[in-house]
Amino acid sequence: MTDAAISDPAAGRSAPPAGARSLNLPTQWLGVAPFFLFALMFLILPTAYLVLGAFQNDQGEFTLANIYALSQPSILAAYWISIRISLASALLGAFTGLAIAVAIVRGGLPNWVRSATMTFSGVASNFAGVPLAFAFLATLGRLGLVTVLMNTLFGVNIYAYGFNILSFWGLTLTYLYFQIPLMVVIITPAIDGLKKEWGEAAATLGATTWQYWRMVVIPVLWPSFLGTVILLFANAFGAIATAYALTGSSLNIVPILLYAQIRGDVLHNPHLGYALAFGMIFITGLANIFYIWFRTRSERWLK
Amino acid sequence: MKGTRFWAWLTFGIGAAYFFIPLIATIEFSLRMRRGAYSFDAYRVVFGDERFQATFGYSVLVAAFTIVLGVLIVVPTAYWIRLRLPHIRPVVEFITLLPLIIPAIVIVFGYIRMYGSSSPLPFLATTRGTDLLLAIGYATLALPYMYRAVDTGLRTIDVRTLTEAAQILGAGWATIITRVILPNVLIAVLSGAFLTFAIVIGEFTMASLLNRPAFGPYLQNIGANRAYEPAALAIIAFFITWGCMAVIQILSRYAPKSASRPN
Repeated sequence: MTDAAISDPAAGRSAPPAGARSLNLPTQWLGVAPFFLFALMFLILPTAYLVLGAFQNDQGEFTLANIYALSQPSILAAYWISIRISLASALLGAFTGLAIAVAIVRGGLPNWVRSATMTFSGVASNFAGVPLAFAFLATLGRLGLVTVLMNTLFGVNIYAYGFNILSFWGLTLTYLYFQIPLMVVIITPAIDGLKKEWGEAAATLGATTWQYWRMVVIPVLWPSFLGTVILLFANAFGAIATAYALTGSSLNIVPILLYAQIRGDVLHNPHLGYALAFGMIFITGLANIFYIWFRTRSERWLK
Repeated sequence: MKGTRFWAWLTFGIGAAYFFIPLIATIEFSLRMRRGAYSFDAYRVVFGDERFQATFGYSVLVAAFTIVLGVLIVVPTAYWIRLRLPHIRPVVEFITLLPLIIPAIVIVFGYIRMYGSSSPLPFLATTRGTDLLLAIGYATLALPYMYRAVDTGLRTIDVRTLTEAAQILGAGWATIITRVILPNVLIAVLSGAFLTFAIVIGEFTMASLLNRPAFGPYLQNIGANRAYEPAALAIIAFFITWGCMAVIQILSRYAPKSASRPN
């Protein structure tokens, strides 16, 4: 933010006097033209194309019919289960990640625990997609190690108790494998930002540990915590590879429905496909607007 | 204090169990191919599979193109914004964050509709065009990470002084970027490159919807048809990701910590 203030006068100094300025202007922008052209062609226009298509009928006239059509039970159910899985994995991931981050920063553990956790989190937060599904099938699938061990050692058949890896909880448990590390990676710097002096000041004023947490730590961490929850939500909401490899098409979440629609027009209406995509951008976009808002609020404390 | 440490160890222990049990289970499962004895048969089958070699080679190639494309787009842009257009930085940062908001499946859906064989820009009409579009799609997915890595690298060098010095010595823009700026942010660029590689190598959605024979769709296909090979592939994929992150960590040790003159 201070960049602009510092380098603007400097730019004025190195730039030629006013006469040449109008000649200089196009070359200024030429430097960033490839980037904007790329972003426009391969990010913004393709998305805009789908969004516009969501509000058009076959004749190209404006209509809201496609958006209304999203309310049919099967599509609504897909959105609902997607939102539930994303929310559950985001909240569980955020609280678990926060607990781990607090433990490694504030728990008085040896230094190697922290560096090992951070390194592992970097790896696990990127270990998603198809291989993650394989790992969980080998762990909690019908023939998975944990399933078999539970059965032979304790006589507990978790599948008889209604657990299934191809279900809401199965998928949520799998998503946590990249959600928790992502939370650890993002929230650890925020916990580092809690100054020691605040704890000492609170103690001097006679605050108990609980009061220090309730009145200092939680209010300071709250915006970045909530912001990260929203990021995790969007992260899970757009993911498809893990779910597809894990469940095939037996769990009807939105990305899988959209995948089937792109492959074979299963909804028998291309414009409904656009509306489905628009619904996804709408939800992740809304989540990220909140995220940006909370980020700007939390950054004030981390200076 | 003693109580705190107990709870910290407990939290860490439970977390470690959740993260290590699936890895152990997957390794164990991948060794069970031969009946009654542990063996590396599954790995032997996987590495001997022609399609494994072909799809993995293809994905490595696409990843290399993606990295080159990402560097070509990001380095000059991030440099130019630091040097001349600091006021449009928020706009560029917002655009680089868009791939985190727009799911990959939506981006590729847009490509399929916009660049079909009957469109003005028929990327999808030819195989080479589709390959290129896949690399382009991957470059957009990697954009948030690549931009952040390069921008952090640029923050640690004095862009303005380096540029002026190079100009005084008679260097043109291409020379400045390739022979002055790029070597100075090489470590940052390499970090971005390895992160890009980790993201792209097993990517499923885009490759599958563009019908390219990449590693991600191959993994999915093996998962649907085989028992033990998927576990072996999961372990291989984990080590590839781990390798990329290890390289990034090692690189970060060589990165300069701050500029001689804070910018």
